[in-house]
Order: sequence, then structure tokens, then C-alpha cells
Amino acid sequence: MSGDIVIEAKGLTKTYGQAVAVDHISFTVGRGEIFGLLGPNGAGKTTTILMLLGLTDISGGQVSVLGFNPAREPLSVKRRVGYLPDTVGFYDQLTAADNLRYTARLIGFRLAEREKRIGEALDRVGLSEFAEHRVGTFSRGMRQRLGLAEILMKGAQIAILDEPTSGLDPHATAELLTIIRRFKTEGVSVLLSSHLLERVQSVCDRVALFSAGRIALMGSVSDLGREVLGSGYVVDIEAEGSGLGERLALVPGVNRVEQTGIGKLRLHADRDVRPEAAAEVVAQHGRLKFLGVQEPSLEAIYTHYFAARPDGTLKEGARHAA
Amino acid sequence: MRREGSAFNGLGVVMLKELADHLTSIRFIILEIIVMLIAVGTVYVATQQIKDTVAQDPFLFLKFFTTSRAPLPSFIFWLSLLVPVMAIGLAFDSVNGEYNRRTLSRILSQPIYRDALLFGKFLAGLMTLAIALLVLWLLVIGLGLLFIGIPPGGEEVARAFVFLLVTLIYAGVWLALGLLFSIVFRSAATAALATLGLWLFFYVIWPVLAGEISQIIVPPDPRYMALGLQTPGTVVLEQFLARLSPSTLFGEIVVAILDPTTRALGPIYLSQLQGAVLGAPLPLGASVLIAWPQIVGLIATSIILFVIGYVVFQRQEVRA
Repeated sequence: MSGDIVIEAKGLTKTYGQAVAVDHISFTVGRGEIFGLLGPNGAGKTTTILMLLGLTDISGGQVSVLGFNPAREPLSVKRRVGYLPDTVGFYDQLTAADNLRYTARLIGFRLAEREKRIGEALDRVGLSEFAEHRVGTFSRGMRQRLGLAEILMKGAQIAILDEPTSGLDPHATAELLTIIRRFKTEGVSVLLSSHLLERVQSVCDRVALFSAGRIALMGSVSDLGREVLGSGYVVDIEAEGSGLGERLALVPGVNRVEQTGIGKLRLHADRDVRPEAAAEVVAQHGRLKFLGVQEPSLEAIYTHYFAARPDGTLKEGARHAA
Repeated sequence: MRREGSAFNGLGVVMLKELADHLTSIRFIILEIIVMLIAVGTVYVATQQIKDTVAQDPFLFLKFFTTSRAPLPSFIFWLSLLVPVMAIGLAFDSVNGEYNRRTLSRILSQPIYRDALLFGKFLAGLMTLAIALLVLWLLVIGLGLLFIGIPPGGEEVARAFVFLLVTLIYAGVWLALGLLFSIVFRSAATAALATLGLWLFFYVIWPVLAGEISQIIVPPDPRYMALGLQTPGTVVLEQFLARLSPSTLFGEIVVAILDPTTRALGPIYLSQLQGAVLGAPLPLGASVLIAWPQIVGLIATSIILFVIGYVVFQRQEVRA
């Protein structure tokens, strides 16, 4: 992450009458960063996104998108930010290219530039051969890709994606995530929301976990893992050799060794002890077959966090009841 | 708080796209076919009637619009029936359709204001209706020429053209109402039913109801009844109530424009008849002047309906 900040929210709040949808949230997104808004449905992710785009009024707090205030300068924001709504829709009777042409005309691109941008965008999401097909015949994954093509065509500096992978099959999800990763390499910041934790874990640089309108946790997935799950690193080893368990327990940083199967050991450590563990196995003339460190899973972090703080869940329950 | 940029950014783009959608839509083609058939049918019937009875009318051409022969009603009757249906048919799903196709938030995330989307849709609907009505109008005039072989006079064409404009304004009222209901109701079917229901109410039920209500509020005076006359108070109230309906206003305008001998809409007092040559035609300007309050009323109604829709739309959440 560079020091360049493209989205900055301070104490952002949205209320509907008495109900608080988004409750004083603050976060920043840097240039070229992939930032994930994660949380269950109704936690305030979409409302936050709509406030960033100036599509809904802000009840309190400040937000700046590329230095613009979305409430006062919505056109400047919307010209530079691409948005893929939750279950994006297109005009079914029009072709993919015609749908993009309409958007391009709304943005105000001239004819020659329009056609060039549309061609390139469709090519990059792998839809160029379907350019003249009606969108009515498209699958859900193709529609999502067309939505990304629209953002590419716009030349957006920030891509805001609301639940981009929900309802997609694993193959389509993988394709979509590949395109999203490519945004990053071009310096486009990505803000994506999802309730599917493990899918987005792989692409996000940093995540914010939403709960009942608040950001419960924010940071990189591994940082959050350490913070919430505590126990640091888990290293799995598969090796043949005698007395390896005892030797590995003496490696500095290893707290505990666990036998998980024949020739399989699991080390619980404060830090990444893979190099030392490998050296130790080799020093003992053992045959090392597998060595891997378990990444903390967002799912585990999430479950653990909310299980450990019943007040958080209670509050959410009370909100739903109200 | 001032917004940046123009509210009409993208207006032309939205309008052209909506216009293209309308003109290629099946519902428009169906409506157009129905209207064409009615035009041909009524002009043919009117021709027969004109040949039979009217010989010395200086405004022969206007009779095409107004003449009827049982069991077929006149062209203006069909038009007053079909124009609202056409307008409602074009507008009832314009905003909730975007919402239900989930295109609304995507379009609004482009650098345009909601103003442009709504106004573009309204203008596109109005232009579609203008095209359809112009075609119809030319068709009636052309068929008229063909059937009776006498070219219309300048004043007749002018009156027919004013009639065309007024019909378009009347269509605008129902277009604005359809647009409003398409904003208020999330379901297109509900919006269509509500708009059509309101139209039927104003077209069929309200004139009857206006008479009943005025009789209750101002009971007829027995002295007038003994003379076989209507009580002025009752008539005035009934007319006031009836004029709350756009259909009544349109009907009155049509009478004033297409029948040059019309001197007043509503009860005529003896003082108004002093010095008047009964049955003598008025110049076009005078006829328009007679119907002017009604015309302004129709324009105002469509503006008010559009503004209400605009305000509701601005406050509406776009999230799916």
C-alpha cells in the first residue's frame, strides 16, 4: 500500500429514522489497494458504498473520494469511480456492446474513443466474441464480467464492487477474481464487499469486518488472524525420521508439537518457523515430504471474534428485533 | 447547497435511448395498429355521413374528427379513449422497470443526475406520442382528401393542428401520471393498474359523481325545475367538479377548437348573447381563448404530476 489515499471516511453515519444502518465508521483506502468490506447481509456494507458514490444522503461524518465530497460533487466522483452493483442488471434486449455504448454516451465519450474503449474493455474481460449478442442470453457470470468491462471502459480510478462473486459458480468466481487482481496491477483501487469470506480473502490486501453498522475489525487478514486467534503460526510438517517431534519442540519459537498422523506433525509457533524446522529435519537425517504454514482463515477469525464478544452479537440481535 | 454541474447532463442521451426503445417496442406497434384501424374506420364512416347530410358547411374538414354514425362513435371519442391508454402504456414501467431490471443503480452511478433520467424519460414518451399522433393526424387529413376530394381551408388546418397540440398536452398529463406511479410503485403491474384505474375513474365515474355531489350540496330549486330549467348554482358546482377531471377539460377544449360556433363552455347567460349572431363561427384566436383556461389547466396538471414524481424520485433509495 502506498501512502496515496483515494478514499477516506471519518465517522461516516447513516440513519433511517431511528434505525442506524451505518454507525460512525472510519477507514481509508490507498491507491492500488484491494480493500474488502466483509460482513453478513444487512451489516451496512451496501449503504456505505452508496454513500461513497453520493447515491444516498450522508447522515453524519465526512467522506472524501479522490478529494471530492460525494454529497456535493457527485458528478466528479461518479466520473472517476466505477460501480458494479449487487446483481448488476443490463438492458436485456440490447447487445453487450450497445449496453456499454449507452453508458459511454452518458459519461460523454466521443464516438471514436467510445468504440476503442468498448472494444478493449470487452476484450479484457473475455467477452469480445459476445459483443453483438443480446445480454438477455448471458449467464450471471458473463453479466458480472460485463459490469467489470463497464468499469474498465470508464477508465475508473476506483472500482467499487458490491458482492461481485455472490451466486457465481467456482469457475466464474475464479475468472472474476483474476480480473479484479488485474485492476490492482494497473493502479486501480478496488473496494469490494462480500459476505463470502474465504473467496475474497485471497484477493484483499486489507479487510474491514462489518457488524451491525460498525467496523468490528480492520487490517490485513494475517494481522487480524494473529490479533483475534492469538496463537500465531501453525506449521504442518510431513517427514520420516525418528525423534523428530522432540527435536522440533526445541526449535526456538515453537510452543507445542502435535502428532496429527503417521509421520505428520503440527507445530504451534510464535512466528514463521519453517526455515528452522526444515533445517532441523534435515539435520536429523529425516526425509522431509511436506512443509506448510496455515494462513489464518477469515471465517475462523470472524466466528472467533463474534463468539468471543457476545455483546456484539447481542446488539445485532436486538437491532433485528427492533 | 449548490450541486456541481448541470442537471441536464446526459438528458439527450437518455431521451434518445428511451425514444429508440419506445419506437421499437412491441406495445407501441400494437397501439399504433389499433389507432390506424380506428382512423381509417372512423374517417370512412364520417365520409359517408358527410356525403349524406352536410352540404353547406364551411368547416367540412373538421367534421372528420367529430362526426359519428351509430353504432360507431366519432374519431375524437376514440382518441380520447386511446390517448390516455397509449400514454399510460408507455410510462407505467419506466422507472420501476429500471429498478426491477436492476439497471437503475448502475445508470445512476454514471456522471448524471436523476433529473436527467426522469426528464429524459418524460420527453421521450412525449416525443413518441407526438410522432404517433402526427402520423394519425396526417392520415386522417390524407384520407379525408382522398374520400371527399375537397382540400381543407387554412383555418381548418390551423384548427386541426391546434387540436393535435392539445391532444399531445392531454397525453402529457397521463404520461406524467404514469411516470409518477412508476416511481411510487415498485411493481409495474400495480403501477399500470393504479394509473388505468385512476383514468377510468376520471373518465367514466367522475362525471356522474360530479352531478350527484352537486345535487346533494346545492339541491335543485323547485322554481327552476317547474320551468324545466337547471338550477344555476347546481350547474356551476357540477361544472366545477367535473372540470377537476382532465378528461372533461380535454372534451371542452375539443368542442371549442373543432366546433367554431362554440361561444362558451358551460352555462350561457342572456347577457352574453346580446349582439351575438347565433351559429356564426368564431375566428380561431377567439376559439382558443375560450378554451385557454382548460388548456392551461392541462399543462399545469402535467407539470404538477411531474414535479411530484420528481420529488419522490429524488428521495427514493436506489438500492436493490
